[in-house]
Amino acid sequence: MSPSEVIGFAPGGEETVTIYERSQSGRRAFVPPPLDVPETPLSELIPASERRAEPPALPEVSEPEIVRHFNNLSKKNFDLDTGFYPLGSCTMKHNPKVNERVAALAGHARLHPAQEAKYAQGALELMFRLQGALAEVAGLPHVSLQPSAGSHGELAGLLLTRAYHDDRGDKRTKVLTPDTAHGTNPATVRMAGYEVVKVGTAEDGGVDLDDLRAKADEEVACLMLTNPNTLGLFDRNITEIARIVHEVGATLYYDGANLNAVMGISRPGDMGFDIVHYNLHKTFSQPHGGGGPGSGPIAVSDRIEPYLPRPQIVEVDSGNGAAPVYDLDFVRPKSIGRLRGFQGNFGVFVRSYAYICSLGGDGLREASDMAVLNANYLRARLAEPGLAEHLPIAFDRACMHEFVVSGTGAKRNLGVKTLDIAKRLLDHRVHPPTVYFPLLVDEAMLIEPTETEPKERLDGFVDALRAVLEEAAEDPQIAQGAPYTTPVRRLDEAGAARRPVVRQPPAGQEPPGDPDDARQVTTGKV
Amino acid sequence: MSRYTSATDSDRRAMLEAIGVESLEDLFVDIPADVRLGRDLEIPPGMSELEVTEHLGALAARNRDAESEVTFLGAGMYDHYVPALVDSITQRSEFLTPYTPYQPEISQGGLQVMFEFQTAISELTGLPVSNASMYEGPSSVASAGYLAKLENGRSKLIASRGVHPHSRETLATYSRGFGSQVQEIPLDESGATDLEALAAAIDDDTSAVFLQQPNFLGTVEDLGPLVEAAKRTGALVVCACDPLTLGILKPPGDYGVDVAVGEGQTLGNRLDFGGPSFGFYAAAERYIRKMPGRIAGETVDVDGKRGFVLTLQTREQHIRREKATHNICTSQALNALAGIVYLAWLGRRGIVELGELMARRTHYAREALGLEAINPGAVVREFAVRVPDLDEFMQSARADGVNPGYRLGQDYPEYADGLLVAVTERRTRADIDRLARHATGVREGVTA
Repeated sequence: MSPSEVIGFAPGGEETVTIYERSQSGRRAFVPPPLDVPETPLSELIPASERRAEPPALPEVSEPEIVRHFNNLSKKNFDLDTGFYPLGSCTMKHNPKVNERVAALAGHARLHPAQEAKYAQGALELMFRLQGALAEVAGLPHVSLQPSAGSHGELAGLLLTRAYHDDRGDKRTKVLTPDTAHGTNPATVRMAGYEVVKVGTAEDGGVDLDDLRAKADEEVACLMLTNPNTLGLFDRNITEIARIVHEVGATLYYDGANLNAVMGISRPGDMGFDIVHYNLHKTFSQPHGGGGPGSGPIAVSDRIEPYLPRPQIVEVDSGNGAAPVYDLDFVRPKSIGRLRGFQGNFGVFVRSYAYICSLGGDGLREASDMAVLNANYLRARLAEPGLAEHLPIAFDRACMHEFVVSGTGAKRNLGVKTLDIAKRLLDHRVHPPTVYFPLLVDEAMLIEPTETEPKERLDGFVDALRAVLEEAAEDPQIAQGAPYTTPVRRLDEAGAARRPVVRQPPAGQEPPGDPDDARQVTTGKV
Repeated sequence: MSRYTSATDSDRRAMLEAIGVESLEDLFVDIPADVRLGRDLEIPPGMSELEVTEHLGALAARNRDAESEVTFLGAGMYDHYVPALVDSITQRSEFLTPYTPYQPEISQGGLQVMFEFQTAISELTGLPVSNASMYEGPSSVASAGYLAKLENGRSKLIASRGVHPHSRETLATYSRGFGSQVQEIPLDESGATDLEALAAAIDDDTSAVFLQQPNFLGTVEDLGPLVEAAKRTGALVVCACDPLTLGILKPPGDYGVDVAVGEGQTLGNRLDFGGPSFGFYAAAERYIRKMPGRIAGETVDVDGKRGFVLTLQTREQHIRREKATHNICTSQALNALAGIVYLAWLGRRGIVELGELMARRTHYAREALGLEAINPGAVVREFAVRVPDLDEFMQSARADGVNPGYRLGQDYPEYADGLLVAVTERRTRADIDRLARHATGVREGVTA
């Protein structure tokens, strides 16, 4: 097969032109509403020292051309509504369309965040109900919806941990993270003012208990854990891990990126976790938007509750059998305070609440069951001859919602790296798995199909992988040079970092020159 | 019921057989019995799509949104008009449903949007480097505090009380983690940051100084002297600003601030009861390798074709882990898209015209109300007044379907009778006059 013979990606259309390059002086889309108050010169309203001298160089483009510009850009994106997206640890499940419709209702979309509680009862009740459902899924009683994304939830969790220890007069300096952890964990530890201490992984893919015992001491504030972990494995020793951590007085934090595996099956609270974050943009179907918005609510145990961010949403019994009313409680003396403005990403809450209403308790359980079934089916298919020798499965036992294969076989046998396989998959209109993560596995590919994919899609992915490997056996250069059918091919990332052009140069200015003028295409990790 | 899955009974059997197990249960062998839930989740059964729509519709109907009253509420988020093309573009599957652009070859649309967004933020703020979005305003302010900590290791953060109360509180929350303390500077009698108090507070341990333009009361601050005083001992100067006013206000970069951050809701994003919107973060060149968040950069592909990538990723958590300059991962890409589409719609002249309209109506409204102004100087979209009988005023206006604004007393004990009034382009002179009639009642009640 020749490099471009596969179906290929939708062509990108026109040449790459920015909205600024489309600008023509005098064009416009906006017409201001009529001026119905005195036309006082601006110079009389704003002192010259604070006034802008020249209008900002925003583009001048007509509405039809703005629409075409962004629609043409959109066609250069691959997206979940178009094709399979087995990106590990990202839970790219279907984003139900009804969620968008209910989120757009004026009662939600045009509700001001400072509206008095008595005029926002519907919104507060929705948030209260969402908190209840999330608490039930995590098995922890108290929820704050405030954090804006998973990493924000992690920061909340460590600040809660700090407040908890401080309140007991207990100074602690270290936080433990497994070597399989998401990068956000250690980064968060630093932001929260703690030192990162890595815990190793045992042969079976779980936490190395001996290493944990050696490192868990009275200086440890917290252990941050993902369970199932980023290898897609449920840690069989979770109860013992919780015991070790609690014995030294530390908290146990649950990174909820992988919660999609265990809804209705096993709950972090029952495993002994003190603090959990959820990724509503993963587990609870908020569209990922090309990098957000997300939402990262947290749930905590009783001992952590006094420190939760404020405000908290409370249900107040109005007595006489009348319906309860909902309010925002700001009077929380031990609270860590705010993590952001207002009440959180409410529009995301609406979508996730609609999702939970659609599925119900039994549907959430079924979602996790099917996510695990799909992952294991893919795992089994990848163990077939022709695949397994090139992409051995890192931990060959039943996985949860995702699993890891290693590209070491393909590298040795065929001379193609994981990166090459990923790039060649693009020509098959498949989004590649997460690559080179977790760090523990050489040439890793982390594959998470999610529950919303039918069997045919999974089979199609196996076919695509097989085609890439068979092709590589004949001519590895094809994968090494891939992709061919995408709007652009491999990009010079090293050059971009060495000579950063991070904005359209102002009119009359050229972008900075390349210091050594030798552009190299990155072939390393993505 | 999970209507978003599609495995039939025969699919399940075929898949289990391929896996080589008898039942689903065999896939969960790793989960010890003592941590199994062993019962159904206590969450009501699933609903049909029709029922979901009706249930959510009923909840929405119990909110009084900006369509069902004439609102002068602001305080950080504003009822601006969002043009139809923003919805049309942001609802496209190709923008709505991709992940973060880790595979640039199939993400050129999103990456170019980031690049265009960064350009607009740089242009508005007058600072050369912008990232491709933060969560929202106050946490962006707090993140700038962390940059200051990494930059100079000092531990005192000074914030004007003109900075949004949520931003100051978020800054204090974050600071307890990275080990800094926040000291507040009062406002003077004109509702602007007290320059003398600021100058007196600056010392050798001052890590960063936080200002806001216009400030929380709507006052256009005289930033030049404040920035000059703030820089005396080498502290970073961080200015929170409202991007929609930057068509008529001098860009913070022109005053020599180090970092400009802010809330982006005013650029084409819905109120949404507080989010999702986006935050922005722009800085002087020398911070380019220390900034938080995603940054798109221009480059070329192997064929020399122009393209865009996520760049300077060695700042970021997924590469650098504990050495990252911030932990942010997922931010607000779709909301930033709404922002750049909105700015393209507004255009170079529109952002000036809209700014002028707001400034004129806002000054008109302050006159029309005839109440004692807390900030009698220059304002753009918002101003603060003292209301002799605030409860009565609120009630009287509320009964007429008008929401007069934000009660300052909840954040400022010094302005217990204060009301913060926001005037966007959606509030006409007729709306303003309607609000003013209720003010007349309060004024006469006092004089009588």
